[in-house]
Amino acid sequence: MANFSKSNVPQFSVDVYQNEYLPEGGREVNAIVTVTSTGGGTSGGIALGRVAASPSSIPGRTPGAAVVIMVDCSGSMEYPPTKMRNARDATAAAVDTLRDGVEFAVVAGTHVAQEVYPGGGRLATAGPATRAAAKEALRRLAAGGGTAIGTWLTLADRLLATADVPIRHGILLTDGRNEHESPDDLRAALEACARRFTCDARGVGTDWEVKEVTGIASALLGTADIVADPAGLAADFTRMMEDAMGKEVADVVLRLWTPVGVEIVFVKQVAPSVEDLTDRRTEAGPRSGDYPTGSWGDESRDYHVCVRVPEAGIGQEMLAARVSLVLPDPAGGTPQTLSQGLVRAVWTDDMAASTSINPQVAHYTGQAELAQVIQQGLDARKSGDFDGATAKLGRAVQLAAASGNADTAKLLSKVVDVVDAATGTVRLKAKVAEADEMTLETRSTKTVRVKK
Amino acid sequence: MMSQRHQPSACPSCEEPLESGDLFCGACGYDLSAVPPLPEDRPTVVMGSPVGGAAWPADPAGPGREQPFGDRPSRPPATGAPGTAGPAGVAAVRFDARAAEAGAGDFELPAPDPAARPAPAPGTAGEPWGPGTPVPPPAARPAPHAHVPEPQAGTGTPAAPAAPVEPPPAPVQPPAPVEPPPGAGGVPDPRAVEHTATPPAGTRLCVACRAGHVDPDGYCENCGHAQPRERDHMEEELGAVAAVSDRGLRHHRNEDAFAVSSTALPDGSPAVVAIVCDGVSSATRPDEASAAAAAAANESLLAALPRGTHPQTAMHDAIVAASEAVNALAGDGDDGDAMEHDPHHHRNAPACTLVGAVVAGGLLVVGWVGDSRAYWVPDDRSGPPARLTEDDSWAAQMVAAGLMNEAEAYADERAHAITGWLGADAYELEPHTAAFKPDRPGVVVVCTDGLWNYAEGATDMARVVPPDAARRPLHSAQVLVGHALDGGGHDNVTVAVLPFAVVPAGAGSA
Repeated sequence: MANFSKSNVPQFSVDVYQNEYLPEGGREVNAIVTVTSTGGGTSGGIALGRVAASPSSIPGRTPGAAVVIMVDCSGSMEYPPTKMRNARDATAAAVDTLRDGVEFAVVAGTHVAQEVYPGGGRLATAGPATRAAAKEALRRLAAGGGTAIGTWLTLADRLLATADVPIRHGILLTDGRNEHESPDDLRAALEACARRFTCDARGVGTDWEVKEVTGIASALLGTADIVADPAGLAADFTRMMEDAMGKEVADVVLRLWTPVGVEIVFVKQVAPSVEDLTDRRTEAGPRSGDYPTGSWGDESRDYHVCVRVPEAGIGQEMLAARVSLVLPDPAGGTPQTLSQGLVRAVWTDDMAASTSINPQVAHYTGQAELAQVIQQGLDARKSGDFDGATAKLGRAVQLAAASGNADTAKLLSKVVDVVDAATGTVRLKAKVAEADEMTLETRSTKTVRVKK
Repeated sequence: MMSQRHQPSACPSCEEPLESGDLFCGACGYDLSAVPPLPEDRPTVVMGSPVGGAAWPADPAGPGREQPFGDRPSRPPATGAPGTAGPAGVAAVRFDARAAEAGAGDFELPAPDPAARPAPAPGTAGEPWGPGTPVPPPAARPAPHAHVPEPQAGTGTPAAPAAPVEPPPAPVQPPAPVEPPPGAGGVPDPRAVEHTATPPAGTRLCVACRAGHVDPDGYCENCGHAQPRERDHMEEELGAVAAVSDRGLRHHRNEDAFAVSSTALPDGSPAVVAIVCDGVSSATRPDEASAAAAAAANESLLAALPRGTHPQTAMHDAIVAASEAVNALAGDGDDGDAMEHDPHHHRNAPACTLVGAVVAGGLLVVGWVGDSRAYWVPDDRSGPPARLTEDDSWAAQMVAAGLMNEAEAYADERAHAITGWLGADAYELEPHTAAFKPDRPGVVVVCTDGLWNYAEGATDMARVVPPDAARRPLHSAQVLVGHALDGGGHDNVTVAVLPFAVVPAGAGSA
């Protein structure tokens, strides 16, 4: 394992949780891979920009960062007028959270994207003067026009590209549907931006489309959430910016090596939220593929890897997969392996060993199902299939209760009346606040970890 | 219960005729409650003269520490044996296989069926066993284990003796031109594998697909298969003793270990040692436990015997030393992590069984804890063979207590639960030792249950020991391991063959 023993340097560790024992004829191997990045001396309010960044992007040197904030300024932001005011305040709070030395810009988004600050296709360097100037410029923000999010992202990408920094991040706020460009335009913009910068997306109010916002965050490896009450925007923007300032290493990939004959069934991030990465593989040499994980601060994420191995006889042992965290060299040099873990398969005739399910695998299998049944239940409800919705959301209540996912259970209880959580017996509520339903849908992929 | 107990007609230790109801031998004081119930397996009786008459030379270095060679084993096998404690006194039972806890596992294998075996014609116990006997050498095992070195069957010169404690050099590369073995399930056709660049020097070719090279972590970079580990198959021969250990066909690693060595007594006569240990699978790191126990017991004997310590005392002390070595493992290691990663490994201190034999000064001393065994097989097969050890096992206790006959007890799923072991969580260490003075030449077969599951009774064992065992101990050990693998190889198999030659009168009393 990589060991960067210097202080102020993040260390990646990979832990594999699995039951490696397969019965005779067994082929499917499941493992939960926990990746933890620690010791990076992430922000927490401490100014990190003091150490001169070395030219090589070795993890741990306080990295240079650039952030673009995209604020929806479409006409609907004036209804009610507090929404625009809150968005302005939230952006100001986010600007205040920028640490000195970080490059930043503010973009106003309508059916076109406009630079609000500093303008001229440039980024400003955070400092007392630029922060004040940026907040001054925010006063000029006014609502009017449509919504074409793809243009906002394209402008953000162009601005971020001017900075020679490892961490590039966007914060996007919208209050409405992406009505003034085709879904294909947005998709093309997302594809162009993917792996060039990461982006958190927020929907304010209840007139936006959950799948659009979560789709942006998913494609750009950021978080998605709802801010139903515009008054909560400032706190949320501050928290998002703090997280962005805590990022230490960008563009880390999860590399999966599998032997000849092994099929990859799926690769999913399962904590802190469910994100299927299976289709995002890019080949990386013989029998290896890379899955993007974005940028990392002081944090821990879990991945569920499922592979199908060729059959082998009792007593045989093989390596089913080697999971490593890899930091590609932007200059095209040798990628740096940060840490790795092994997923094994051992065939045994010991039924007690081969039939038991690893608790981590069981837990996250349940969490992934939870996210899925919430989505299916809400879709059924929208399409008028109330029996189907009751069954799916009942199952969701049962899974949330059994796994201790209290946040999701609470959100579910605003959509259904829980009769018995243990059996998943629920009744659909006759009246559900739109904000509650959207909150449940947006946060359905949030997971909890195994109770220790 | 007492009345049901088997009562032999003569003392198993000194052959003094016994009277009905005797609890101890009137001549030597042998504790009769521990007499093994099966007459054909009684220790010592079949071996000729009792131990009692021999005198052990005084320790020249320390007269005060002279070990009088008593009339009977100073620690007879009865110590803490079932007959005295009874099943109610069984403080702890553990299973030497995880599967046992789920009611499925090793003991479910087809029990060794004497009828299914090539039965020798009546009265032909001395039938010669040529190299062409029905018992093939270990190399006859199936494909993925192609690394097993060819036993030098039929040549009078088995593998060169290796230095003590050093396993034979692992085969670095399998025979190259051989086609990939058929039946290696799931191993991809190497022809389908893309050819990679010339490997760096020193890399090994995978034994499973023969196409990929082996990564530093021991797996093939092409097909992912685990490569044979050093311990998967080990052989060692010192002139007068040999041992073979094999992973078997159903377990993914070898948790057995052995040590063989020879030294000299103060009078210059040779002393030969064989130790065999079987790691308890349900404990953590059983492989480390067995290795530590075998090494510690061997070292202890090598230190004690040249000082003139009585071999039986030395054996007792060696078991204590082995126990301490295994106990010491409990504290270290990453058991905490292992727990989290692998819930199947219960929080269980490393543990193993031990059986050892010493041939020195005309004596044969055995010592054991657990269910690994020693058997006596005389060179002249017209004399009866014998089992020299009494298992610390549930089945043995049931039989000893008269609650079940041997067939019933060994058919029970609890049969292989062991009631004694080395390890930090053993309740009380009760090393069993016994000394014998055979009156004829023969060999001692020291083995784990991986072998004796396929040759349980002493006569069964004698039947599979080649007749030239005393002259070719390594070959015999290979044949015996092969017997276990042919039977299914359901467990790790370890066998040491230790020849015993009758010392001419006076030789041992200088």
